[in-house]
Amino acid sequence: MTKPKMSGAKAIIESLYREKVEVIFGYPGGAVLPLYDELYDSDIRHILVRHEQAAAHAADGYSRATGKAGVCLATSGPGATNLVTGIATAYMDSVPVIAITGQVPRSLIGYDAFQEANITGITLPITKHNYLVQDSKDIPVIIKEAFYIAQTGRPGPVLIDVPKDTQSEIMEFEYPAEIKMRGYKPTYTGNEQQVKKAASLILKAEKPVLYVGGGIIISNATEELRSLAESIMAPVTTTLMGMGAFPSGHPLSLGMLGMHGTRYANYAVQESDLIIAIGVRFDDRVTGKISAFAPNARIIHLDIDPAEIGKNVRVDLPIVGDAKNILKTLLKYVRQEQVRTEAWTRKIEAWKKEYPLTYKKDNLLRPQFVVEQISETCPDAIIVTEVGQNQMWAAQYFNYKNPRTFISSGGLGTMGYGFPASMGAKVGRPESTVIDIAGDGSFQMNSQELATVVQNDIPVIVAILNNGFLGMVRQWQELFFNKRFSATCLEGSVDFVKLAEAYGALGLRVTKKSDVKDAIMEAVKSERPTIIDFVVEKQENVSPMVPAGAAINEILDLE
Amino acid sequence: MKHTLAILVENKPGVLTRVAGLFSRRGFNIESLAVGVTENPDTSRMTIVVSGDDHILEQVMKQLNKLIDVIRVSDIPGDESVNRELALIKVGVDSTTRAEVMQIVDVFRAKIVDVGSKSLIVEVTGDESKINAIEQLLRQFGVKEMVRTGKVAMNRGAKVVQTEKR
Repeated sequence: MTKPKMSGAKAIIESLYREKVEVIFGYPGGAVLPLYDELYDSDIRHILVRHEQAAAHAADGYSRATGKAGVCLATSGPGATNLVTGIATAYMDSVPVIAITGQVPRSLIGYDAFQEANITGITLPITKHNYLVQDSKDIPVIIKEAFYIAQTGRPGPVLIDVPKDTQSEIMEFEYPAEIKMRGYKPTYTGNEQQVKKAASLILKAEKPVLYVGGGIIISNATEELRSLAESIMAPVTTTLMGMGAFPSGHPLSLGMLGMHGTRYANYAVQESDLIIAIGVRFDDRVTGKISAFAPNARIIHLDIDPAEIGKNVRVDLPIVGDAKNILKTLLKYVRQEQVRTEAWTRKIEAWKKEYPLTYKKDNLLRPQFVVEQISETCPDAIIVTEVGQNQMWAAQYFNYKNPRTFISSGGLGTMGYGFPASMGAKVGRPESTVIDIAGDGSFQMNSQELATVVQNDIPVIVAILNNGFLGMVRQWQELFFNKRFSATCLEGSVDFVKLAEAYGALGLRVTKKSDVKDAIMEAVKSERPTIIDFVVEKQENVSPMVPAGAAINEILDLE
Repeated sequence: MKHTLAILVENKPGVLTRVAGLFSRRGFNIESLAVGVTENPDTSRMTIVVSGDDHILEQVMKQLNKLIDVIRVSDIPGDESVNRELALIKVGVDSTTRAEVMQIVDVFRAKIVDVGSKSLIVEVTGDESKINAIEQLLRQFGVKEMVRTGKVAMNRGAKVVQTEKR
């Protein structure tokens, strides 16, 4: 059989079809003109963003909401460098994003040509892997490998840099049937002996705590996690990335732990005799002072990335592999056994009663109230967040029931992430209500995407908790810098209602508690892109809080 | 504590940058580095000497293993391996010192590979301490220039570093 002849650009499109890509978020330019010309005739939906950063975040949000790889596309030079923040965001949170960039023609590489940037060099530390296409005949193999690498093992972004002349070069297309990579073989099944040892530690424990994160969601292990928690009667605390991995309303749920976690989650970890850590990386926002973290506990650490084991804390029992696989095996050994955690769960119940997450319930419009109302009005919504106070309140006060319903930049903490990511999430799951819980600061970092959601009819809701400040920075200034509010007041910000209207979106403003629910309902019913400007209490802080460098049980309640 | 790592990698452009970049961004220090193709032309072998305790070594090896182009990482223990460096040393000589330099070269089983009227180039192979020792001795005559390769190392006996990962 002869192989069909086609241009490199066409080969890219053909390869993307084979990978079942339905949508690309992108922005054209000189070095991707041949590729955009092929896109014109293709069935792949292209969503034209207004800034390449948003393309990367949208691909990331699409991926987190659907579990599939997200694809973004940009031209060479500034187009490619504008993707960098989005790629770094995806890298820190292990999200499979495929970034395709144009590059100047091969003969010009290295000559500081117009719009040339060494994007493979620039993204080396923030991609799982990257490629520079040297020959158009390599395109199918590279794309196949890129998708495989991005989506397997510990997922992550992969960038493919495609010189313009390789896009127009004619090649013979053949999509490879299999992958041959000597240096990449992720481990999926956990060592059975280690799993047995874990089971025996678990059955001996009197104060076990399951500390789980994004790895549970990535490996679709929420049901196995729930079975494990219920069969060993162990409380579950999740990281920010793990919100949705375990139902917030479950009696065994401790909510989030760490800097802005619940008191009871932090107390439980500190008093625990066995931490069962699954798909987590012992981040400093979780552990606080690392030498004082879980001082009485043995630690079992399950992760698919061997490099995470022992990176931040000493681990008594490591198991490398896929969380779902390992939990399934583990369940064989712990089921129907006598549990010894009754006193422990009673103690935790008491802590939960004594130290609930709470805020001042008065007549003022407080941001926590807004999040609670969103939770009540749209219990099945996908919540996307910006970064800062809005992110913490969204994590604390929304009742998460399902995985892939909380989407947030955890590792990199990228302001401006939420709005474009919500756009991607909505494109991936159009049947769901998608709400970006935003701050007035973060939202303004990518508000230009209002044009994209209006043009492409992507009805996301942006709930701005507008306090006129860069609230989280101000909170730190208030607590640790003598209330010297250096450069954190956002006075002079735009009128968000008028801004929405200027773009053709719906704009609503809420200043009273009694109007919150109606506004949310109106936004949902409108089926239009909507901004709700919640003018909330300016002084509100995120509480409780573990000061940086303190042990996580040294937790403070803030006014 | 110094460790010698043998790293088998894909023989492709850019791989050295990936490995070196990993060391710098993770804060690991490279003491020496040597790269060359192996018995299989698709595979290159890097020998990297890294300093650090066992925890650092473990992290270095795990992080290296995460690189897609890295096929295998092995720790080569010093006492069960052959370790070699090569140095070229240009020594200033005159008629009175030439013979003495040549004697030292003989004792070290080194070679003189270039003879000029005012200088000699000495080629010496050996482990780090041997090269340090000859350099020390030649210094009194005036070392005009010196270049050293990074260390290369190989396990003694039947043990081999193969491309099969893990």
